[in-house]
Amino acid sequence: MSQPENATAETVDAIGTVHALISSGRHPVSGRPGRAREDARAVEMGLTLAGAGLHLVHAGNAEEPALRDYLGMYHGLDDSAARGELSLLPMAAEDDAVPPLAHWLETQGARMVLTGQRAECGEGSGMLPYLLAERLGWSLTTGVAAIEAVAATHVTVLQALPQGQRRRLDVRLPCLIAVDACAPAPRQSAFGPARRGKIEIVEDVTPERDAARAEWQWQPARPRPKRLKVVKATNARERFRAAAAKSSAANGQVLSDLTPEQAADKLIAYLRAEKILVDDDEPASD
Amino acid sequence: MLQTLLPILIFASLIMGAIGALRRVRLWRQGRRTPVVWRNLLLMPKRYLVDLHHIVARDKAMAHTHVATAGGFVAAMALALIVHGFGWRNPLLGGLLLASSLVMFVGALAVNRRRLHPPEKLSKGPWQRLSKSLLAYSVGMLLVSLPLVGVAPTLLGGGVLAVALTALVAWGVLELVVGMGWGGPMKHAFAGAMHLAFHRRPERFDDQHSNAQHDDHRGSRSTALFSLDLTAEKLGVEKPTDFQWNQLLGFDACVQCGRCQAVCPAFAAGQPLNPKKLIQDMVVGMAGGSDAHYAGSPYPGIEMGKHQGAPDQAIVPQLVEAETLWACTTCRACVEECPMMIEHVDAIVDMRRFITLEQGETPPSGAVALENLIATDNPGGLDNASRLDWAADLDLPRIQQRPEGVDVLLWLGDGAFDMRNQRTLRALIKILRAADVDFAVLGEEERDSGDVARRLGDEATFQRLAKRNIETLARYRFQRIVTLDPHSFHVLGREYPAFGGDYTVLHHSTFIAELFDAGRLSVKPSEQRETITYHDPCYLGRYNGEFDAPRRVLAALGIEVAEMARSGFRSRCCGGGGGAALSDVPADLPGRARIPDMRMDDVRATGAATVAVACPQCTAMLEGVVEPRPQVRDLAELVAEALIESHEAMPVSNPNETLEEVPA
Ligand code: SF4
Ligand code: SF4
Repeated sequence: MSQPENATAETVDAIGTVHALISSGRHPVSGRPGRAREDARAVEMGLTLAGAGLHLVHAGNAEEPALRDYLGMYHGLDDSAARGELSLLPMAAEDDAVPPLAHWLETQGARMVLTGQRAECGEGSGMLPYLLAERLGWSLTTGVAAIEAVAATHVTVLQALPQGQRRRLDVRLPCLIAVDACAPAPRQSAFGPARRGKIEIVEDVTPERDAARAEWQWQPARPRPKRLKVVKATNARERFRAAAAKSSAANGQVLSDLTPEQAADKLIAYLRAEKILVDDDEPASD
Repeated sequence: MLQTLLPILIFASLIMGAIGALRRVRLWRQGRRTPVVWRNLLLMPKRYLVDLHHIVARDKAMAHTHVATAGGFVAAMALALIVHGFGWRNPLLGGLLLASSLVMFVGALAVNRRRLHPPEKLSKGPWQRLSKSLLAYSVGMLLVSLPLVGVAPTLLGGGVLAVALTALVAWGVLELVVGMGWGGPMKHAFAGAMHLAFHRRPERFDDQHSNAQHDDHRGSRSTALFSLDLTAEKLGVEKPTDFQWNQLLGFDACVQCGRCQAVCPAFAAGQPLNPKKLIQDMVVGMAGGSDAHYAGSPYPGIEMGKHQGAPDQAIVPQLVEAETLWACTTCRACVEECPMMIEHVDAIVDMRRFITLEQGETPPSGAVALENLIATDNPGGLDNASRLDWAADLDLPRIQQRPEGVDVLLWLGDGAFDMRNQRTLRALIKILRAADVDFAVLGEEERDSGDVARRLGDEATFQRLAKRNIETLARYRFQRIVTLDPHSFHVLGREYPAFGGDYTVLHHSTFIAELFDAGRLSVKPSEQRETITYHDPCYLGRYNGEFDAPRRVLAALGIEVAEMARSGFRSRCCGGGGGAALSDVPADLPGRARIPDMRMDDVRATGAATVAVACPQCTAMLEGVVEPRPQVRDLAELVAEALIESHEAMPVSNPNETLEEVPA
């Protein structure tokens, strides 16, 4: 990874404390709680970037056993005596995590927040980064594979695209960075640092009920049917090309330097072309 | 002139030696303090003559040499103190002094002969010098004492010759008496004596066993790792001062004889580990300095003179590279051979504990195994409920359905997930059914025993697994546990008692031998067309002293075992234990044989077409050797093949089997 030399000192100068939002993961085989795949990568990215200056945040239950697993990652840092610190915003599963998180991050003066893209249990809608960035008025980048450089006003990140492609983006600060599962693997969680880490419960959190959630209907998930991929190929070369083909996203186009109105028109036109948006007078022909 | 010089020399050297000894004691006491039982000093002479000699005597010639040299020296020094020191010039004592000097001289000659072409395992440098110093002292003392019995009284009375002789004796006492306290090669005598008295594992000595003569294998008496207090400030050993003081004392007792190096499988395979150098590095760390003065074989592939240590400085990586610690298979061959009864494996695991628990730097494959153990209770990260998948057609009795209790709880171990080992397990089930054994399994309630986690230094995960397993076992009733995995056998039988789990645990070889003794198995005698040899698993043999049962089983099959040169307590490790297989230390180095390859060469040397094994790990390692090679068969497979399955085979009543028939 192309980490800038002496990343820690520069980062602190440029953006102050880096925060990582974490949640409890669920092991795919046993279902036991533990570090979530993407959140752990976000913490790893934060530790590489800011060292012991990374601060963890969790909105939820203080008894969550997985929290200590993240604190166990505070080792191998420049300051060997450093220990992890986690701020816990207490709330129940029915509460909306966005308002307390937004409020807390604002009071802390946070300018850069790392998180996974989607929780492994609970709602796991993947909406939290969007809602949080919207509420804070920050920029948001998802699918981040690496942070390349940090400056006073922006960060340079690599965004993961399908087929191993990467896109370099300059993101304006303050920003929220949602880390992709293909970011560098998280370091081991060690028992000693996990034990020593500090969990500080934030007192003045007033949870709000999640209004949208209250209206939902719940039902057990059904296994999603697999889409059949029919390849009509007569020879090995074509079969290989079909297998190695890039996703259809490859024929998209990048629009830039448009006014918001022009951009909206382009998007609507695209959605119409794809028959996702249907004009009211023109009934959908499924 | 001699009469004035000698007393000065003797007393000065004794005082200097004593001052040095006190400094040495201060070095040891930098370690963590544990209570000192002074009375144990009284046990020391017997421990030296019985336990230590038991190991030294495995090399007969060296044992005799040591007895002559050391015995001669101790006697000569004591007598010299009386005769020359206090001036009681009694001819009888003088004669004894001459005699002991002579005995020492003969011993010193043998030492020097060995040092003419010293084998690779021996250290050179000061140790070469020591052999000369022994000669100097014995010759000098012999000659200065001649006047006592009336020989050449005038010749030696004064002049140049007297000065020369005094110089010779001075050289001797400087090395042998002053050096004993100040850290020369002779410090092994002082530190060794103290080490015997304050050894961290007193169970290793005969005086702790009422029936020492009929005890099982001596080296196997105390092999459970010490449990770690997980609430301690610091977990494991980071700096030399984090060792307990008597561990530091133990390191200081090393005589650099290299017996440990000679048997270490990792050293032989060219991996960066040499147990002798490791112990010397611990001494360097304790006293401070660099490894440049070490005069023995290095860690293969690691340059000497580049590492230094200090009592309060981290050991890894300044003094010892982490890969050195991870290369160890915990086979205990070094501990078994060490004449000073030093505990290498404890030290290695102590340092691994710090790396894993505090630094989170377990080698990647090991870290993955640990993470899996935490999440799924098995190192492969597999669904623990699939532990019995291999036995879907066997209709195994579950202990959950036997509230009244069973005779045998069959512990499957993680081999239950391994396709090769599943064949062995099926063979064992066949044997149990043929002998009509009342057994049951835990099924998915069984978890990994914690063996690998513990050897990788993850004491937290080990203790969690141990406690959960003990809770599970407490819910069911059984007489004893039988397992075909020596690692589970060791951990359940020897390491769980520290956590409140006391069970009778039998390895399947022991259990099958019992079944044969009780006449519960009938087999067709082997035609013995081929030679068979047997490989002793470290955790069955050296760790638990079971050498006999597997051989009895083979004998019951009518098989004569062609023993390998290294068998029994000297068996060479297969390379699979102690997490070494998960250490990512490169196992196949250019131009060097891997550990299992070397073991397979041992097998080939017997001309055997089949090697009988008794451990899933050994099976995997040895079968990993490329063909063509001898076949690898577990004892259970050999027995199952020879079974005569008759349906009228009625169970013969077995005195060992007092089953509780009363319902719970
Ligand atoms: S336990 Fe075995 S591998 Fe480890 S140092 Fe001793 S002899 Fe070598
Ligand atoms: S550790 Fe023991 S076996 Fe090894 S060199 Fe020292 S005294 Fe000899």
